Amino acid sequence: MKRPISFKLNGKPVTVQVSGEESVLTVIRTYLDQTGTKFGCGLGECGSCTVIIDKEAVRSCMITAEDIEGKEITTIEGLSTDGKLHPLQKAFIAHDALQCGFCTPGMIMNAYGLLLKSPKVSREEIIKGMDANLCRCGSYNRIVDAIESAAKEMNKN
Amino acid sequence: MRTDKEMDPFFGNTDKPVTYDRRKFLKNLGGGIVVVFCIGDLSMPDIFGQNIPIEDLNFNAYLRVKEDGRVDCYTGKIEMGQGVITSLAMVLAEELEISVYSVDMIMGDTELCPYDAGTWGSLTTRFTDPPLRAAAAEAREVLLGLAAERFGMPKDQLEVKEGIIYVKNDPTKKVSYAELTKGQKIVKSLEQKPEIKKAKDFKLIGKPVISLDAEAKVTGKAKYTGDIKLPGMVYASVVRPEALGSKKLEIDATKLINFEGAELIEQDDLVAVIHTDPEISKKAAGNIVVKWKEPEAKADQETIFKYLEENIKENKVFEEQGSIKEGRDLSDKLTEATYLDGYKAHASMETHCATCYFEGDKLIMWASTQSPFGTRKQVAEALDMPEEKVHVKQIFLGGGFGGKSFNSQAIEAAIIAKKCGKPVQLVFSRKEEFLYDRFRTAALVKVAAGVLKGKLTYWEFDIYSAGTRGTENFYNIPHFRTRNFSQQGIHQLGTGAWRAPGNNTTTFARESHIDVMAHAAGIDPMTFRLNNLKNAEMIATLNLAAKTFGWGKIKKQGHGYGIALGQDAGTLVAIIAEVHVDKETGVVQPIRIVCAQDMGQVVNPHGAILQTEGGITMGLGYALYEELEFIGADVKTNNFNNYEITRFSKTPPIECVFMDKMNAKPQGGGEPAIICVGGAIANAVYDACGARVYRMPVTPERILEALK
Repeated sequence: MKRPISFKLNGKPVTVQVSGEESVLTVIRTYLDQTGTKFGCGLGECGSCTVIIDKEAVRSCMITAEDIEGKEITTIEGLSTDGKLHPLQKAFIAHDALQCGFCTPGMIMNAYGLLLKSPKVSREEIIKGMDANLCRCGSYNRIVDAIESAAKEMNKN
Repeated sequence: MRTDKEMDPFFGNTDKPVTYDRRKFLKNLGGGIVVVFCIGDLSMPDIFGQNIPIEDLNFNAYLRVKEDGRVDCYTGKIEMGQGVITSLAMVLAEELEISVYSVDMIMGDTELCPYDAGTWGSLTTRFTDPPLRAAAAEAREVLLGLAAERFGMPKDQLEVKEGIIYVKNDPTKKVSYAELTKGQKIVKSLEQKPEIKKAKDFKLIGKPVISLDAEAKVTGKAKYTGDIKLPGMVYASVVRPEALGSKKLEIDATKLINFEGAELIEQDDLVAVIHTDPEISKKAAGNIVVKWKEPEAKADQETIFKYLEENIKENKVFEEQGSIKEGRDLSDKLTEATYLDGYKAHASMETHCATCYFEGDKLIMWASTQSPFGTRKQVAEALDMPEEKVHVKQIFLGGGFGGKSFNSQAIEAAIIAKKCGKPVQLVFSRKEEFLYDRFRTAALVKVAAGVLKGKLTYWEFDIYSAGTRGTENFYNIPHFRTRNFSQQGIHQLGTGAWRAPGNNTTTFARESHIDVMAHAAGIDPMTFRLNNLKNAEMIATLNLAAKTFGWGKIKKQGHGYGIALGQDAGTLVAIIAEVHVDKETGVVQPIRIVCAQDMGQVVNPHGAILQTEGGITMGLGYALYEELEFIGADVKTNNFNNYEITRFSKTPPIECVFMDKMNAKPQGGGEPAIICVGGAIANAVYDACGARVYRMPVTPERILEALK
């Protein structure tokens, strides 16, 4: 039996019918058509599906719908405000920290979660904090550069 | 149906209702100036280096200057992260004298784009650039002609800047491409080679340009096959056997009744469940019990090498010179070794996907394919339909690396869509992705070599299953023979192209053994190579790498340096790696990698660096971590927790330098660098701790074993 759950997605309240066992990834991508968040492995091993739930970067494929009642979720679609790109997005472009782009939303959201926790993060901490996110095209060094420069930019403001 | 415009916000303009007939296509294109391809001066191998059905060529448009002054560029190539969406736009913009941001790339659409066999083999820049530049130069001449008419003066009195044609000595007299194109309908055949620019006149080629698709990708707007949602679409989950090639014996679908709305689709060995909810579809499929007859297992990851060596009976001499016996007799030092390399998965972050629907008797499909035209053909054949009834559309790919040259999921999705009469999406799970991958093949290379006073005298190179790509001898060896041992159908697992396929394996074997010979001769590996190379370009490339790396500087405790040279897709590569090896644990930490390449003309230096860095980063995975476990055709590896690829913490600083050759032809860029990673790492590990590991990946266990 399906039942309604309510939560905030990218600042907007939403109510959606779920059975409760679905992954949050399915809720976001399939029920709510926000396809920026990607499916990569289904086991929390690659980080392509990373979103922010209540200020914490989490693997949306590993969380079930019943656990998000009343929570606040931010996905890649919710990162830019008033049509302006987030400093992380700008830095990813400036450093061309992507190739195929499939891991990119998860990378950016994981970095966003990292910077929420520790805005003055060191390069070593970035590498450690990002280590469970995988990129097969090999953009790692550029991603670290991008996060470093975005952090600097954000700390200025 | 939702229109494509909504679904492809980045590309736009792919939603024109077109039919397969290209003459009609040209009619439907509307106004503007269209340059179509025609076989003339440009010879076939020049154009694609691939087999093309001639009848498909006559009315293939390359570009259209639209009435708003923007330009559509049509190419059968796809974008999977390798950056041709940017570099192709650049060469077109260069010749047309427009901003690169005025180009709209229409890629891999089987009804809009010129035929293309597939995006692989590092071919795009080498073979798609020339006709595209020619077409753009032709369009520029047409536009100049129109302007000359308008101003009543000859073309040589005019010049173009950023899509605006000026009268040379009167800058107040000008006209834009948009104005010139308005109301026009000019179709130009490319019959002769128009004059293309010389390197000295380049404004764009050779300048770094940030990927044009970067913004779409950082905002989540870039669409991949799994992002398409059609009204009434169902999600298909296929019931899979454990082993490839299994035959269905019995099926028990009685539990399907517990899943309301779930529908069973069966055809031969294909058993699938469809549902409008992907989670229910998956769960229902998990409740269907199929008894399979599995093929008999012939080898596993440990016995595969013996199996290949014993069972491949056929061989062909690939290259030969002098006499092996004479060479051996001449030598003062002899060495031999066998180098092993297991299967390697592509492991793209996006698994194979297909989304499709029937409109009447026509199938419309998006698929994560490196070969839209190949997929069109395969799907048409599988469903017994004419090819023109299958339309494969433009979409981004989340990585490919050769693995998306094969698309069984597209055929399955099409069959299911036909059977159920609804739009269907099929997304491989990570487990399916491993099972149905067409791996870089497991292979071995047997090397025997001799040296006399520091000079190579003889070299026997027997390749089992890795193929001969890139193995033409570039060392100066009087007596050598390279043999290719291969046999169709020898592998129980799927095998195929994997970023410079077997060249990774053979380069690892050759360069490891060059080091073995250097040490046997008591000469350092750099000097030994420089003394034995025959080709001046390769020597220059190695010298550039050595200079950039600072070869000869003092090593830290536990650190080692390793060199590897190779050639792939027309490009010469020299990599020098620095690693640290923990002698207690055998753990390798890459410290630094320098890569020098002679890749001819570099169209987008920035893009070339991205590709080179990416290849090296990916290559560290096969060199150090990637090991596929299997028994027979049953792939035990099923996710990233048991298939380790390179991570952030294992990626060292990477420096890429290219030989300056702006006047030369461009060569391959996507693949070459990766081939040298295995050899450079293995040699650096030996240099660091004295462990010579003959099998990739070079794991801590193998290092400790070698140290015993």
